[in-house]
Amino acid sequence: MDLDLSEDQEFFRASTRKFLESEMPIETVRKLADDPAGFERGWWQRGAEMGWTSTLVPEEHGGGSLAGEGLLDLVIVAEEMGRLVTPGPLLVTSVVAAAVSERGTPEQQQALLPGIVSGETLATWALDEPGDRWQADALALEARASDGGFVLRGVKAPVEAAGQVDHFLVTARTAGGLSQLLVPANTAGISVKPMEGLDLVRRYAEVRFEDVFVPASAVLGEVDAAADDVERQLQIAIALQLAETVGAVDRVFEVTLEWMFDRHSFGRPLASYQALKHRFADMKLYLEASQAAATAVARAVQHRDEEAPAKASAAKSYVGDHATFVLHECVQMHGGLGVTWEYDLHLYLRRATTNQVRYGTPRDHRERIARLIGMDEETR
Amino acid sequence: MTESHAQVETPEEFRLRARDWLADNMPLRPEGQGQVRNFERCRELQQMLHQGGFAGVCFEKEYGGLGLTPEHQRVLDQETMKYEMPLALNIPTFGIIGATLVEFCNHEQKLRFLPPMIRGDEIWVQFLSEPTSGSDLASLTTRATLDGDSFVLNGSKIWSSGAHAADYGILLARSNWDVPKHDGITVLAVEIDQPGITVEQIVDTGGGTEFCQEFFDDVRVPVENVIGQVDAGWTVVRGLLAHERNSMGNVSIHTSGLQAPPTGRARSDIMELALSTGQASDAEVRQIVGEDYALRFVQQETTRRVGAAMTSGHFPPTAGALLRLMGARASVRRSDMVLAIAGARAAAWHEGDAASGVGTHFVGRQAAEIGGGTTEMQRNLISERMLMMPREFAADRGVPFNEVRHNAAPSRKDKG
Repeated sequence: MDLDLSEDQEFFRASTRKFLESEMPIETVRKLADDPAGFERGWWQRGAEMGWTSTLVPEEHGGGSLAGEGLLDLVIVAEEMGRLVTPGPLLVTSVVAAAVSERGTPEQQQALLPGIVSGETLATWALDEPGDRWQADALALEARASDGGFVLRGVKAPVEAAGQVDHFLVTARTAGGLSQLLVPANTAGISVKPMEGLDLVRRYAEVRFEDVFVPASAVLGEVDAAADDVERQLQIAIALQLAETVGAVDRVFEVTLEWMFDRHSFGRPLASYQALKHRFADMKLYLEASQAAATAVARAVQHRDEEAPAKASAAKSYVGDHATFVLHECVQMHGGLGVTWEYDLHLYLRRATTNQVRYGTPRDHRERIARLIGMDEETR
Repeated sequence: MTESHAQVETPEEFRLRARDWLADNMPLRPEGQGQVRNFERCRELQQMLHQGGFAGVCFEKEYGGLGLTPEHQRVLDQETMKYEMPLALNIPTFGIIGATLVEFCNHEQKLRFLPPMIRGDEIWVQFLSEPTSGSDLASLTTRATLDGDSFVLNGSKIWSSGAHAADYGILLARSNWDVPKHDGITVLAVEIDQPGITVEQIVDTGGGTEFCQEFFDDVRVPVENVIGQVDAGWTVVRGLLAHERNSMGNVSIHTSGLQAPPTGRARSDIMELALSTGQASDAEVRQIVGEDYALRFVQQETTRRVGAAMTSGHFPPTAGALLRLMGARASVRRSDMVLAIAGARAAAWHEGDAASGVGTHFVGRQAAEIGGGTTEMQRNLISERMLMMPREFAADRGVPFNEVRHNAAPSRKDKG
């Protein structure tokens, strides 16, 4: 966690943790594994009352943050959710809330934001396309100008919570570049096909757009010029994802360290073996480094730091690799227990692995850094 | 008090005065040069800073400093970024030894040692490790025998960087052999240029000669040079090691000037090598360039986080071990990455080639995991002092040192 939180933020963390521990303990998460939605809307609305959906939304639409830095509040929620592998569309709904707050017309804001803040409206970001295409220049779903609006044609997958939301923010290719459109989920021509997912409660689906017509008023931001908005959304997604992963690793590390003191072999606690202590020292370093990186990225994105794109990718690649490394080490420390369904470790590994590969793998982001810091400038 | 209070310059006033003075007096930082290693150059630079009134910001006025606040030092660090600074004096002279002297010296000792240090007249090194005691520092066997108003030193110290060009050493010696190892150590300030002290430079695998070994043969050190109390030197060592971690973690208030920032627009040496060897479009090389940036960013942020947590007391002083471990691991990883980009250029090159030095650095890369305390020791510290896992068994705990099996101390004669 960020070691430099204000009193208000500490209170926000404590109340979020208390709420999650009582309303969404891991036993409940496990039960939701069989639920088609993976979460319950009533619960989400109670979470919204805690402030989860408000921090990125301006006050005139019912939102508000603790000190004018909404993303720094929201990563607290994401981190707490990681600690309990909580379900719910926090990341995707927040990305849409931020995009509409920052770029929406007054009409779009009025139509979406109050509902998002109250928890009644859910939204997701339809970015990825089949074939692991998630970067702006690889997108193919087409939005063709027609009859004073646009006709969308193509496939988005995987789309998080696609079967549960009311609105899609669709990133599409238009004649002169990238554009983004806000599309109600019940628009004619949209079909949603659930996919199998690694995470027990995070749902993904393939969304087909077959000549889906939307009016021009559905465009968020500017036609053909959404690349910067997409970059901003990506950074917000990464900041939230990092916080969630760090929360998950933090919790598993805590539990595993306790286990090392409780479990005895050859008459001594596992914690007394130097071969294992040294592995914990490495894990502690990776955990602190991941927390430092996640915190720094949240701040860089919040403050629109010039270097935020490369920093986000730096943290994304480092945390992606090291989080699953630490979790697998923790499984190893538990011995056979660690690979059972009954024990909770795999829930965390499922979440961290999902986060590692969504919105770009560590490899993708290392390549992105190379491009961002100018590796291509001299060869042109 | 009120009077002197009124005269204190605000950090912003200090900034403007420093900015003007630096522009008129200090040379610019040479391109691509992070740290001036040459002690003679450092001496000159420190003397210039002192004459300009910008040396020893957080040292007390009485002892040659400016008596200002950490905020003033931070301002000076920002203003000196583009100038050549005597950075090699930060560790160990100011950050480790200066801070230790401030903590443990009496008034007379501070008057004697601090002003020349701040003026740049006396450069200090640490005489800690010995040929027979490395990780187990407290098992040292350099002997300090009281004889009248002096201690007589016999033994050997090793791995002191730059001792051949330094003036004073802070030295640990065993003054009592009849008590457990931590209870019989005395810390002494030793002038290096005197009869009985022989300094030899050690050649490292790359041909560098920064490390030294010193031999002490009946060297007399006046009792006035005892830092702290006789036999209670381990208390001083604990303080010294904490100052070392603070310095390494960039949270010392006694250091001045910063290394170049690790991220930003400046190209890393890894990226330079990739570009100059024409590998900008090689997918594997681009992965390495990306990883290098990520590692630098994460290291910078980890240093910030852990440093702040140590200052606030959220982490214990031993948390510096995390930064030491991270720095060492990152250095080793970087050495591997540079080798991967250099390829065959690491084995044979023309003088001045971009890849010259790559193979040599790779051969000596473990120095990063050894110097300043091995990474194994850092892992012990992290697991035992931060995670509170049980400490390793030690056969010498509570046992008088003369009953403990320890390595025999080599003398000057053994060596010859």
